[in-house]
Amino acid sequence: MADARTSAGIADRGRTWIVLYLATAGVVILLMMVFGLVMRLAQSEWIALDPAFYYQLLTVHGIGMVGIAALGGVAVLWHYLSAHVALRPAALAINLVLFMLGVAMILWAVFIGGFAPAWTFLYPLPAVGSSNGQWQAWSAVLDLTGVLLIGVGFLILCLEMGRGIVAAYGGLGRGLGWHVLFAGSKEKVPPPTVVAGTMVVIVTTLALIAGATIVAMTILNVLFPALAIDPLIAKNMIYFFGHTFINATIYMAVVVVYELLPRITGRPWKTSKVFLAGWTLSTTMVLVIYPHHLLMDFAMPGWALAIGQVLSYVNSLPVLVVTGLGALAILHRSGISWDVVSTLLLIAMFGWMAGVIPAVVDATISVNYVMHNTMWVPGHFHFYLLLGLLPMIFAFMLHLARGEDVAAHGGDLSALLYLGFGLGFVAMFLLGGWASVPRRWAVHLPEWLVWDRIAAVMAVGVVVLATVFVVTFLLRIPRILRHG
Amino acid sequence: MTIQTLSLFLSLAAVAALAAVFLRVRLLAPAGRDYPVVQADAYRLRGLSFWVLVLVGLPVTVWLLRETPYEAKATEPQVVNVSSAMWYWDLDRDTVEAGRPVEFHVTSTDVNHGFGLYDPSGRLVAQTQAMPGYINVLTHVFEEEGTYRVLCLEYCGLVHHGMETALTVTATGGGNG
Repeated sequence: MADARTSAGIADRGRTWIVLYLATAGVVILLMMVFGLVMRLAQSEWIALDPAFYYQLLTVHGIGMVGIAALGGVAVLWHYLSAHVALRPAALAINLVLFMLGVAMILWAVFIGGFAPAWTFLYPLPAVGSSNGQWQAWSAVLDLTGVLLIGVGFLILCLEMGRGIVAAYGGLGRGLGWHVLFAGSKEKVPPPTVVAGTMVVIVTTLALIAGATIVAMTILNVLFPALAIDPLIAKNMIYFFGHTFINATIYMAVVVVYELLPRITGRPWKTSKVFLAGWTLSTTMVLVIYPHHLLMDFAMPGWALAIGQVLSYVNSLPVLVVTGLGALAILHRSGISWDVVSTLLLIAMFGWMAGVIPAVVDATISVNYVMHNTMWVPGHFHFYLLLGLLPMIFAFMLHLARGEDVAAHGGDLSALLYLGFGLGFVAMFLLGGWASVPRRWAVHLPEWLVWDRIAAVMAVGVVVLATVFVVTFLLRIPRILRHG
Repeated sequence: MTIQTLSLFLSLAAVAALAAVFLRVRLLAPAGRDYPVVQADAYRLRGLSFWVLVLVGLPVTVWLLRETPYEAKATEPQVVNVSSAMWYWDLDRDTVEAGRPVEFHVTSTDVNHGFGLYDPSGRLVAQTQAMPGYINVLTHVFEEEGTYRVLCLEYCGLVHHGMETALTVTATGGGNG
C-alpha cells in the first residue's frame, strides 16, 4: 500500500547515455509521426504529394519507427537491467554512434537518392529499382549499409547485455529462470527484468544475424545483379528479422511496467513459475511464428503456414494471461491515485493486449486470404506500437523527468486524450482493412477517403500530445543529469 | 456476413470486453484492498482465462485450418495464366464464367507483386502473392457476374498504386476453360 512505496532511483551507470537515447528517440518519434501524418493527409487528398515522395516517406517512416522503438526500448531495458547486472556503457556509446551514422545514411539515400523500397526492401526490388531508374544504385547501397550499421550497433548492445547476464547468473538458461522452472531451485531467482532481458538478448541476436545476412546479400545483388537470391528464402529471412526485431522492442519496453507498477502500488511483481513459463514460451514462439507474414505465399510449405496460424494464437497467451493479468492484479484496488505516468502504463498494457486481437485474427489463414496487405495490418501493429510500446516509453521519460519519484503528480488528461486520439487513429486503419483498402498506396480511391480523413484528424491529436510528452522530458534533461 | 465483417465484429467485441476490464480496474484502483485477497482472485481468473483460451481457442484455430486456399484442386477449372511486372498485369484471358472454379496461375517477371481480386462492390475476395521464379495457384469460384478489379497488394515500386487491370465474370462463360 501507499506507505510501502518508495521513490528509489536506479543506480544506472549509463544514465547520461540513457538520456541521450531517450532524447534521440523522442525527437525522431515526433519526426516520424509528422511523416505519418503527411502520408495520411496525402491519402485524404487534403495535400498534393508526388507519389515518389510518398513512398520515400513510407520507407523512412517504417524503418525509422522500428529504429526508435528499439532505441527507446533499449533505454528502458538497459536502465533497469543495469541495476541487476554489471553492464559496460561503452556498448551504449558505440550503438548510438552507429545508429546516428546509419540514420544519416538512410536519410541521404532516401531523400537525395530517391531510394524507396519500403522497410521490407523485398528482394529483388532494390536492384530492379536501381536498374530501371526509380532510384540511384548508390542510394540502395548507402541505405542498406546504413541499415547494416544500425543492426551491428544493436547486435553489439545485445551481446553486451548477454555477457552481463551470463556473468551474473551463470548462463542464459538461468537468466530465463530454467533452474527454477525445471529444477525447482530457489537460488538466484532472476527478477522479471532479467528474464525479459535474457529473452530479448536471445531473440534479437538471432533476428539481427538473419537481418544482417539478408541485407548484405541484397547489397551484393545491387552491386552484382548476377548474384541472385531465391526470392522466397529472401522473404523468409526479411520477415524473420523484421517480425522478431519489432516484437523484441516491446519486450524491452515492458520492463518499465514490471519495474514501475510495484513501486507505484507498493505491491511486488515476483518471479513465479507461471511467469517463467510464459517468458520461455514467448522466447520460442516469437522465433517460429513469423510465417504468418507469408500466408499468401502459396509456395511455402503448408506445415510452416499452419504453424504460423496456430502458434500465433498460442503466442498471445503469455501476453494476455501472464503479463496483462499480472499488471491488472497489481493495479486493482491498490489505493493509488492516477497520474500521467500510471495512466500511460495502464494504456500501454491495454494497447499491447488489445493489439494482439486483430493480429491473431489476421494470422488466421482464411481471414488473411481477404485481409492481408490491407489497412487491417497497419491497424493491428499501430495498435500495439502507438498504444502499447510508445506509452511505455513516454511513461519512462516522464518518470525520469520527475526524478523517479513515484508519488502521484497532477492529473492525467494528456494521457487520456492520447488514448482517445490513438484509438480513433487505429480504428480508421482497421475500418479501412474491413473496407478492403490496400496498404502502402500513395493514391486512394474516392470511396476510401472517409477513413483517411478521420485518421488524419486523429493523427494531429496524437502528434500534439506526443509532443507534450517529449518536450516535457527534453526540458527536464538538465535536472535529470544534475540529479543522476 | 463477409469474412471482413465477421473479423471486425469479433475484434471489436473482444477489444470492448478487454476495455471494460481495464475501465473497471481504473475506476476501482483508488479503493484499496489487501493485496493477498486481490492476488487470490487474480490467480483464479488467470487459471480460468488460461484454460478457456486453451480448451476453446486452440481447438478453434486448429479447426479453422480445414479451410485454406492452398489445396483447392478443381476438376475442369477455367485456367487463367497471370504474369505481372512493374506496373501491369498480363492475363491470358480476361473473361471467365461465374459458378465454375477458376485457377489463376500467378507469377512475376521482376519483383514481388500481390494479385488481389476485388468484386464489383470493391470487396477483396481472394489474393495470392506474385513472385519471380514461382507460380502460385489460386483457385476461386466467382459467385457474382460483373467486372472485377485486379489490384496490386504488395509494394512494388513508385507506381504500385497504378498497377490495375480488370476481369469480366459472365453468367454464360468466356472461353474454353
